[in-house]
Amino acid sequence: MGTDFNGGSASFVKIPAIKFTQLFINGGFVDSVSGKTFETIDPRTGEVITRVAEGDKEDVDLAVNAARAAFDHGTWPRLPGAGRGRIMMKFADLIDQHVEELATLDTIDAGKLFSFGKTRDIPKVAEMVRYYAGAADKIHGEVLKISRNLQAYTMLEPIGVVGLIVPWNFPSTLLFAKVSPALAAGCTMVIKPAEQTPLSALYFAYLAKLAGVPDGVFNVITGFGKTAGAAISHHMGIDKVSFTGSTEVGREVMQAAAKSNLKQVSLELGGKSPLVIFEDADINMAADLALLGVLYNKGEICVASSRIYVQEGIYDEFVKKLQEKAKDWVVGDPFDPNVHQGPQVDKKQFDKILTYIEHGKNEGATLLTGGKPLGNKGYYIEPTIFTDVKDDMLIAQDEIFGPVMALMRFKTIEEAIQRANNTRYGLAAGIITKDLNVANTVSRSIRAGIIWINCYFAFDRDCPYGGYKMSGFGREFGMQGLYEYLHSKSVVTPIYNSPWL
Amino acid sequence: MASDSNGILASESSVKIPIIKYTKLFINGEFVDSVSGKTFETMDPRTGEVIARVAEADKEDVDLAVEAARAAFENGPWPRLPGSERGRIMLKFADLIDQHVEELASLDTVNAGNLFGNGKIAGIPSVANSLRYYAGAADKVHGEVLKMSRDFHGYTLLEPIGVVGHIIPWNFPSALFFTKVSPCLAAGCTMVVKPAEQTPLSAIYYAHLAKLAGVPDGVLNVITGFGQTAGAAISHHMDIDKVTFTGSTEVGREVMQAAAKSNLKQVSLELGGKSPLVIFDDADINMAVELALLGILYNKGEICVASSRVYVQDGIYDEFVKKLEDKVKTWVVGDPFDPNVRQGPQVDKQHFDKVLTYIEHGKREGATLLTGGKPLGNKGYYIEPTVFTDVKEDMLIAKDEIFGPVMALMKFKTTEEAIKKANNSKYGLAAGIITKDLNVANTVSRSIRAGIIWINCYLAFDRDCPYGGYKMSGFGRELGLQGLHKYLHTKSVVTPIYNSPWL
Repeated sequence: MGTDFNGGSASFVKIPAIKFTQLFINGGFVDSVSGKTFETIDPRTGEVITRVAEGDKEDVDLAVNAARAAFDHGTWPRLPGAGRGRIMMKFADLIDQHVEELATLDTIDAGKLFSFGKTRDIPKVAEMVRYYAGAADKIHGEVLKISRNLQAYTMLEPIGVVGLIVPWNFPSTLLFAKVSPALAAGCTMVIKPAEQTPLSALYFAYLAKLAGVPDGVFNVITGFGKTAGAAISHHMGIDKVSFTGSTEVGREVMQAAAKSNLKQVSLELGGKSPLVIFEDADINMAADLALLGVLYNKGEICVASSRIYVQEGIYDEFVKKLQEKAKDWVVGDPFDPNVHQGPQVDKKQFDKILTYIEHGKNEGATLLTGGKPLGNKGYYIEPTIFTDVKDDMLIAQDEIFGPVMALMRFKTIEEAIQRANNTRYGLAAGIITKDLNVANTVSRSIRAGIIWINCYFAFDRDCPYGGYKMSGFGREFGMQGLYEYLHSKSVVTPIYNSPWL
Repeated sequence: MASDSNGILASESSVKIPIIKYTKLFINGEFVDSVSGKTFETMDPRTGEVIARVAEADKEDVDLAVEAARAAFENGPWPRLPGSERGRIMLKFADLIDQHVEELASLDTVNAGNLFGNGKIAGIPSVANSLRYYAGAADKVHGEVLKMSRDFHGYTLLEPIGVVGHIIPWNFPSALFFTKVSPCLAAGCTMVVKPAEQTPLSAIYYAHLAKLAGVPDGVLNVITGFGQTAGAAISHHMDIDKVTFTGSTEVGREVMQAAAKSNLKQVSLELGGKSPLVIFDDADINMAVELALLGILYNKGEICVASSRVYVQDGIYDEFVKKLEDKVKTWVVGDPFDPNVRQGPQVDKQHFDKVLTYIEHGKREGATLLTGGKPLGNKGYYIEPTVFTDVKEDMLIAKDEIFGPVMALMKFKTTEEAIKKANNSKYGLAAGIITKDLNVANTVSRSIRAGIIWINCYLAFDRDCPYGGYKMSGFGRELGLQGLHKYLHTKSVVTPIYNSPWL
């Protein structure tokens, strides 16, 4: 059999008591105005974990009112950067103190690996809060070099009330990729976590309050994209919306922003990122990275290396190594520390991925390994590799967002560059080579927002990340991520008798 | 009478329509007819008469221009030149503009009604200087090496975005052309420029000069035509990487939606304004009156940062109004070629009618017409400088952008009230503050939500000073180095490192 499967094991079912299931508005947990609730599902079993408040336009209005009051009149933007930083540091400590509970919530809500959540994802979230806490008092405008007798400078001011729409694949990481810089900048916010994964966001709201984040600064509206999400994109009182998710919904968000109050928009959308492996690569390392690149987080990652190009000189040996390594890839209950891959997030994704696998077969690609669901409960899919893929096949063009690799071979560097760029997306790319010149030329030639050389998924708090082309615009992480929540005001005054110009 | 009218003199001594040399589309280094062969009229607002017929572009022409720009970006020399080489060509371009300053200034005068003297001494030379500014920046574009928290070497590259679509308005056809084109050239991008249908002439001339300067074919393409056809084709184009638009808020919405529906291209918008000028009791009243008039009458009020709402603190209100009435009398309206004239005609009939309609609204809404309010002369689109007092915040003339020589004058008591009223607008483009008090200046400049705040001055733009909107006045910044970064996007490159002696 291609992979191990531990999905059926009963000993790893560990659903914690769900403490927070209501909307968080103006510092308090409240029911939605309509009183409606919706189910949130455990993808290991397909069963309901709990019901959560379902927010709609009226709830978003209340949250925006609270956020607006907090921004226009409250303390948050009026605190010195260091003051915001101190509260954020407290927030980070509280996150560390509750790491297991938070990791558990993302595991049962999104099928993410518990051990990764506990040792990596959640601690990194705390680290990100600390990074921006330390930046909050180091925001600099500039004094300008005016060509006449005028003194002028720019001030970077907090934008105001921001709407943050967070996807389901990294519910904690992507929440804080937006929240941390927004808090540091002095903005206030209305957060809508994905309907598939509302639980950790509500818990974070509780911790924010404990940390001393003032009422109205941090609001969470759980609900659906078409209602609560749309209400945010359309809201006349929100100054900017930051959205991570699919390209089709990204279009909706941007149009809504244009039709309403022309709010600023930043979008982090899909990808079909290429990993280009040259002949001088260490084949073991390359195979490990290739598998990681498309199977990490069950392929539910926008920068997944879903197109792998291997130079022909090492192609056959690479394929052999890949097949062996895939056998060791364990799919099962994400609480089990031996498991590498949990279930897909919900039935809809599960079905979509299986449909793409069928497309791959129908289009004439060769199924090297995998291709089938696993077990009879939950949404588990075998790691799947197609070879003999042509660039125009659906499985080479569309973002599948699952554990499905398209493997292709190439001859020359020029061909690799041309094929790597042959996509409407431009999020990430990987290059594996020891050759300095190949690395430099190819990294400049591939149109993507982040290029990994001899590594993959090498994110860092200080490293800006975002899309080219239809993968979106705007950058998260690093100081650029902070500038997304600031806008520039120029102030100009005449001067007299200046000894220099 | 509130102002002298020289509108009648216009037809005699000052008709100075230059020979129109270029009237075609400029694509891939050549002047060509539109694919359809259609042309449209461009008018002289001093008389309402036709100056020339210009090629009318539509989608097919935009497609050809984008193809040329795409080829120039993907395979051509422009982005592959070192920054300083792009700079050298841009400096040549600037010199050619200086050498043709009178011809260019007169094109904007006959097309837009802009003052000729202003264009010749300030407007056009300024455009050449904007090219020089960005020419000098082209070889100083810096990415960063990052401070990674693990054993990785990470750096950012600021790369030219690609093919850019520029949609230019009619009020400052040259200045706003180069506000976009200069940094875009410096960045190494290629572009398709659509000047406003009211004012196509100078843009086409600049295309000719660009070629003379050595800008390679396909880098700068000019497509004359209408917003609903050529402009929309740009916003919707699947192969344009970014669109920059300056114009009305309603069209800005269309541009952004089109971008979202097509290829999610990046968008920057420079839209309308209803900018407040706040005059405190300690102001020098003479200076304040001058600035208030300049702020609303400059370029016949056709400027997005016009100080169309003037708030005067009650202590000096009466004296201010008296001084204003006196000063307005000296504001000469007439043929823009006449060096004594301070205000030319509105750009076209549609706009002329719109401004007059707002003046009627003002009267009907119950504001007091202090001076002006009527058109001047019987030819062309001249309107008297118009001041309304006793304006209430919720009147149309206090809320809507009129884009004409119409001031709404109001009084205030306290600083807090001034801030609140100043911010009571969906717009947020500019604001002016007149005071000698340091603390008032600092507090109020931080409290008014606008992208540029002028203290004891107004319309004080500078090449190095970023400018752009808050709220519904748009987003993105032009001028300064921020204006250059608009045409670059960030790529991060990350590699593992081993045995680094520091982290």
